[in-house]
Amino acid sequence: MEMKPLTRVILGLVCLLVAIWLVAPTLVVVPMSFNENKSLAFPPQGFSWQWYQNFFTNPDWSSSFLNSLKVASVVAVLATVLGTLAAFGLDRMKAGPASLLRMLMLTPMVVPGVVLAIGIYAVYLDTHLVGTMLGFVLAHTILALPFVLIAVSASLEVFDRRLETAAASLGAGALTAFRTVTLPLILPGMLSGLLFAFATSFDEIVVSLFIANPYLKTLPVQIFSSITRDADPTVAAVGTILLFATTILIGGGMLLLGRERKGRP
Amino acid sequence: MKPGQESKGAAIDLESISKAYGGFNALDGVSLRIEPGEFMTLLGPSGSGKTTTLNVVAGFTDVTSGKLLVGGKNVVGVPAHKRNIGVVFQHYALFPHMSVGRNVAYPLTLRGVGTAERKARVARALDMVKMGDFAHRYPSELSGGQQQRVALARAIVFDPPLLLMDEPLGALDKKLREWLQLEIKRIHRELGTTFVYVTHDQEEALVLSDRIAVFNRGRIEQVGTGRELYDEPTTLFVGRFIGDSTVLRGEARSDGASTALRIAGETVTAPRRMAGEARPVMLLRPEKLAIRRPGQSAAGTTNRLPGTIAEAIYLGSGSKYEVRLADGSTAIVRSPLTGESFGLGEEVELCFDGADAKLLADDSTADATLT
Repeated sequence: MEMKPLTRVILGLVCLLVAIWLVAPTLVVVPMSFNENKSLAFPPQGFSWQWYQNFFTNPDWSSSFLNSLKVASVVAVLATVLGTLAAFGLDRMKAGPASLLRMLMLTPMVVPGVVLAIGIYAVYLDTHLVGTMLGFVLAHTILALPFVLIAVSASLEVFDRRLETAAASLGAGALTAFRTVTLPLILPGMLSGLLFAFATSFDEIVVSLFIANPYLKTLPVQIFSSITRDADPTVAAVGTILLFATTILIGGGMLLLGRERKGRP
Repeated sequence: MKPGQESKGAAIDLESISKAYGGFNALDGVSLRIEPGEFMTLLGPSGSGKTTTLNVVAGFTDVTSGKLLVGGKNVVGVPAHKRNIGVVFQHYALFPHMSVGRNVAYPLTLRGVGTAERKARVARALDMVKMGDFAHRYPSELSGGQQQRVALARAIVFDPPLLLMDEPLGALDKKLREWLQLEIKRIHRELGTTFVYVTHDQEEALVLSDRIAVFNRGRIEQVGTGRELYDEPTTLFVGRFIGDSTVLRGEARSDGASTALRIAGETVTAPRRMAGEARPVMLLRPEKLAIRRPGQSAAGTTNRLPGTIAEAIYLGSGSKYEVRLADGSTAIVRSPLTGESFGLGEEVELCFDGADAKLLADDSTADATLT
């Protein structure tokens, strides 16, 4: 049906409003990061790079950023390996027990973060894992695992298992068939799981607040403590850097995937 | 296989193989010998055990009991990937993330064949299925027929002594199917390996096979050439499954050397007796039956049954009639073009020579499985 010009204009305006509403809170941090005064007031006054300088030179900021990168990288790999194995196992199990196990593994997604945090904190106090790299990795992996499980399970759902039978008839043992046929075909699911796992760990705050200590903080914890202590525009600078980094990462990934699809329709 | 030609194929011996799923016997003591280089077709309706048999030979399915010899060696318990048997599937099963060339090279790569030789053998296999120009394409860019030819190339590229095909043409349209049947026949001749082919299409079986094994309810009913199965079926099931047929049932009487059936008041006789206690029926091929107008002289035929023409089909090379008999059953008659033609609803007499009737044991359950 042909749309009337007026309808089209109104629809466009509404869409624009919704779009502004969705991204404006994110974009507000960009001008704030160039504020000349040590304040988070909006609109900002003047222009300076000092908060970016502060982020890269102040050890509080740079070390927490590096901690977050380290934890998120290890968590992404660990969760992807474990999540893929779990998805594969559940895919090959009897339907009844499989769906029960799947629900169990997905609980970290639905259990309130604070409840989980309290539980983890209690256990970590006894086992001296508070403020340790291992503690962060373990806690974040629990939270990231469901995302990998969901992404890889979706890939396995559309994977044609008869291809493994064909591979066997051509001389491939179970492991070889998995490596050469199954793995390449579920790789897109694993990669998106990896990305989700990384993001989950990187901006996790609730559990991290409980298990961080002055010696080991992740970036979200540092942002939170900084903003509760004083109005430091470095927070806005960090936000801006992260915004551009994720935009480049996701945009690049989509471009790569698009090219792959085009080359192999 | 021409006699005297050295065969590269393996002999297969199935010795009373059974396969049970829970309480259901998918295979119930199947025994079959397949000669080296032979083209053997496993024919039967769905659920008759033909695909299970193929899966047992391929190693995809364990047997409950029995022995399976490939090239004289018992392979029961040997996993599929160590059997060195080529398999072509109905659903092609090409690897979507590999080009045609890499798909065909896959079994060679697994066997550690060097690059130069691998390239040569992939090219040769693709040429054999006439897909030589498609090595760089991906499976999703090919039609069904082309994909199946690539799958065939992939299954023969490593020179297996045995090639299994599970309804490979089942997903293709009729014209393409007929052309690929001839291609498969040519490739079988050129390779000289043993082919085992599963289909539910009796015409396809007749076109392709040296011999056909007819499966029904987990058992082999009969093994033989297409002509043997058509002319000399040993069971009613085989007689009805291969080609068109008319089955006459009635109250049976045997005396000495002949058998008579009483059908709705009329009597037909065949100069033969059937051994055993089972109730005999007569099976007649469409070309052994003739149609006359009532009262016309019918020289040379010993039996007549009244009926009405229920269907008349012009086939070009002749005509095919369905005649409704007095007992409600239907007879199928093929008459040459030179004969008289009959109209729908016309009262006629069905004539045949008693010597042409096959006497077979009635197996009324065969009706149920023949749908």
